[in-house]
Amino acid sequence: MSAAEGTAAQLLEVEGLVTRYPIARGLYGALRRQPKLTVQAVNGVSFSIGAGEMVALVGESGCGKTSTAQTVIRMVASEAGSIRFRGTEIGALGARELRPLRREIQIIYQDPYESLDPRFTVRDTIEEPIRVHGLVDSSAAREAKVHEAMERAGLTPPELFIDRYPHELSGGQRQRVAIAAALVLEPKLLIADEPVSMLDVSVRAGILALLDGLRKDGMGVLMITHDLSTAAHFADRIAVMYLGRIVEEGPAKQVVRNPQHPYTKALISVVPRRDPDQQTVPQILQGETPNPIRMPSGCHFHPRCPVAEARCKEIDPELREVEGVDPGHRAACILLGAL
Amino acid sequence: MSSREPVIRVEDLHVWFELPGGGELHAVQGVTFELREGERMGLVGESGCGKTTTILAIMGLLPATASVSGKVILDGEDILVGGEDTISPHRWNDISMVFQGAMNAFNPVKKIGEQIAEPMELHGLASGKAARAQVRELLELVGISGDRADRYPHEFSGGMRQRAAIAMALACSPKVLLADEPTTALDVMVQAQILELLVRLSTTLGKELGLTVILVTHDLPVVAQVCDRAAVMYAGEIVEMGGMSTIYHDPRHPYTRMLFAATPDLLGDDEVISIPGAPPRLDRELVGCPFRPRCDSAFEPCATVHPRRLEPMPGHQALCHLNDSAMTEAAS
Amino acid sequence: MSLIEPLQAADEDALAEGIAQSSRPGFVRTAIMGNRAAIVGLVILAFFVFVAVFAPFLEPYDPTAKTGPVYDPPSSAHWLGTDDGGGDMLSLLIAGSRVSLAVGFIAALVAILIGGTVGVLSGFFGGKTDTVLMRFTDYMLVIPDIPLMIIAAALFGRNLRNIIVIIGIIYWTSTARLIRAQVKSVRERVYVKRAQALGAGNRRLVFKHVLPQVAPLLIANTVLMIALAIFAETFISFLGLGDPSTISWGRLIENAFTGEATINNAWWAIVPPGVCVTVVILACTMIGQSVEDGLNPRLAVGHLSVKRFRLRPLGGKAGAE
Repeated sequence: MSAAEGTAAQLLEVEGLVTRYPIARGLYGALRRQPKLTVQAVNGVSFSIGAGEMVALVGESGCGKTSTAQTVIRMVASEAGSIRFRGTEIGALGARELRPLRREIQIIYQDPYESLDPRFTVRDTIEEPIRVHGLVDSSAAREAKVHEAMERAGLTPPELFIDRYPHELSGGQRQRVAIAAALVLEPKLLIADEPVSMLDVSVRAGILALLDGLRKDGMGVLMITHDLSTAAHFADRIAVMYLGRIVEEGPAKQVVRNPQHPYTKALISVVPRRDPDQQTVPQILQGETPNPIRMPSGCHFHPRCPVAEARCKEIDPELREVEGVDPGHRAACILLGAL
Repeated sequence: MSSREPVIRVEDLHVWFELPGGGELHAVQGVTFELREGERMGLVGESGCGKTTTILAIMGLLPATASVSGKVILDGEDILVGGEDTISPHRWNDISMVFQGAMNAFNPVKKIGEQIAEPMELHGLASGKAARAQVRELLELVGISGDRADRYPHEFSGGMRQRAAIAMALACSPKVLLADEPTTALDVMVQAQILELLVRLSTTLGKELGLTVILVTHDLPVVAQVCDRAAVMYAGEIVEMGGMSTIYHDPRHPYTRMLFAATPDLLGDDEVISIPGAPPRLDRELVGCPFRPRCDSAFEPCATVHPRRLEPMPGHQALCHLNDSAMTEAAS
Repeated sequence: MSLIEPLQAADEDALAEGIAQSSRPGFVRTAIMGNRAAIVGLVILAFFVFVAVFAPFLEPYDPTAKTGPVYDPPSSAHWLGTDDGGGDMLSLLIAGSRVSLAVGFIAALVAILIGGTVGVLSGFFGGKTDTVLMRFTDYMLVIPDIPLMIIAAALFGRNLRNIIVIIGIIYWTSTARLIRAQVKSVRERVYVKRAQALGAGNRRLVFKHVLPQVAPLLIANTVLMIALAIFAETFISFLGLGDPSTISWGRLIENAFTGEATINNAWWAIVPPGVCVTVVILACTMIGQSVEDGLNPRLAVGHLSVKRFRLRPLGGKAGAE
């Protein structure tokens, strides 16, 4: 990424990541010799995250942001590309070698109502990672670690929550339990998949501030979200995805205030503003995102692009820096003046 | 097109739910508002505030465990007074609803066109060929090609199904449309398409359509974008109501102000601040102002006296002692 | 696809609550204790288990001895009369409960163990394991049970151990399918995926996360299986394939028929064992059904009622209905 970040190995470096999901043809399809179809969920994605940095992967449904996250934590196998965590290639590691890594990379999910085992108390849930990795022996030491994680996650006083079951907690509290469980092993990288989209507005800021605090403590955070406003406020960098590719990325505030790619521009224009008098004229794209099975030729965005030209059908643009804009802010569009 | 008389007026609406263990949940507490033809009002609030219950009460769609009191005056007639008997003639004909998750509520084995025609046929407005023609018109109105009437729901994308749900709600040409979280599960681009549709439906000149829309949502920016007025609900009450711009620039209830402060703005730099605490339980009598435990501006009367509905400016109401000069003077 | 779900309202749908209930600890106990029929069933079952356990102390007479005239009607000496060998029916009934219940419980356990294991392995691992195991299950399902029982009795002899094994072999398949479906669905729950993401091994995932969720279904299934197994034993014995050296309710019925009790109008030799089997099966069904109903709150049709909301007078407060 930007060489200005320093020469230390980035926490996470993803390059040319490709993930595909096969679609079952069924007997009929097989008999008719239909070609095997695949969903090209992640189609060549490259980005990096440094310690103390929050990167937001932003996009609409089907853009591949969740698949990217799932591939990074190796819940899903990648087909091509490299994933380097603290300098080590983890893309091809087997389950056994991955295990110690699972302590360093943790994930929080979107649905606070579903991500906790309803039969586990708060203590059981937060303790589980310690037990899984067999780190601490005495139950007193375990309890201390659980308390510590709960304090970090804002579940204070711990005694009030520690013996509760998920159904006795609110959505925000459950999400904090999930965060505490992720923190108890002191990971280096935290992946947050839509961490607040199912929470009430009044509660969201607290959770996001918590993640921001963790970032300031040196943790790397990869936030997956569809909400550009949240990304603009809390992330250091934003990467906008469309049909499995990153079409624009750069410092969060810049991407949002000075978007370069036509898709980003359209997306920004339709995000409602808080101030009723500051609403922009929305540039509404026609149709809906095409399915990721049959990709358009050339630039994947050209069928919906308001400024597409003939050559856009043939050329697949690369993510590159654009003239007139800060280094580190890149977009994948051949119509932009290249550096 | 905009007449002086309100097209819908809700007066002192209360809803109670029986609780399984005995006792009652006072879910809606004295909601009052009116709308003129072509107005778009946002009913905003977080989960549990009673906004969905309010519009279900207006439609008469509450279950047997609910009891309702109040008036719903549609074109001068109180449709709530006789319960089901007085509401059902108006349901769908004059006032209809797009439910939360409506795009998933289609019957998967019936064609979309048939389902949209169903309310027309049930209300005796059209049938057979005439109905089919009207269905095509409706689909075009919501931005779907009329040929698609013969397709099945699974052949439509999420956004298109939501538009079909809106078409179905418009099947009997109602005057008022209640939309419950119509864009919550949709991508922001599709959301923009739906919101643009709702705006277009309420401002169409020349046709009978000059739809009055009540948009129920938790998303403040959405309301800021498309609504003329907003009513903010908290703990079953409307705590503030007024023009969109005034509410944003001059909120008269701390909850409104704090709710805006908790919402990140795309291009703003303000710090985003959450509201501590949680809404009060509605199964017990509340003393004083229900927002007091979480309010940053509470003072003496808030603990003991329930705020009166005040109108600090014409057209702008708030349920907060801070607007009551008598209260503020007595306290200082 | 990451569609964003709508926020849940605090006035939650009762159905959603019901479904969530079954995931919480203490569900089975609540489901049973909250259901009158289930409590009755539990009491009945407890009663019969008690009788079976303390049978030797409860029998008025030695069941195998001739203690009265042949086919003597019920009297104060013999409350349920005597059988074709002069044995006291009540004692025989009490003695028979031991075998009937024991075979029922053990055979059910065998069926559940086999079916549960197959179901969990199949549902959890999916893929080839699933295909192979389910194919095997299908083959077992196809085998007709009665001919299998007859052939097994003929080939391997008529003893209790064989009966238990046969019942287990015949009945494990339905459990396997049921458990497999449930395990497949639980496997995809977010908290299981999360545990997997933090490095939990398969053993932990199955025993700590999946099985506890499947437990209510397994318990319901076990209880219903007991009913089935008791019936199966009765049936097998009635066909004359039972263990000749033991007394069970099925053998009592068989005895009655071969001993021409009907011609002798000796209803007391036929009816009581049949009634006992029926009552025990009913008790098991009531218990099992209550847990199953708890798992499927959608079956409760109350929400489909046409009754609507009620109106209160204007300005009404609580109590003004």
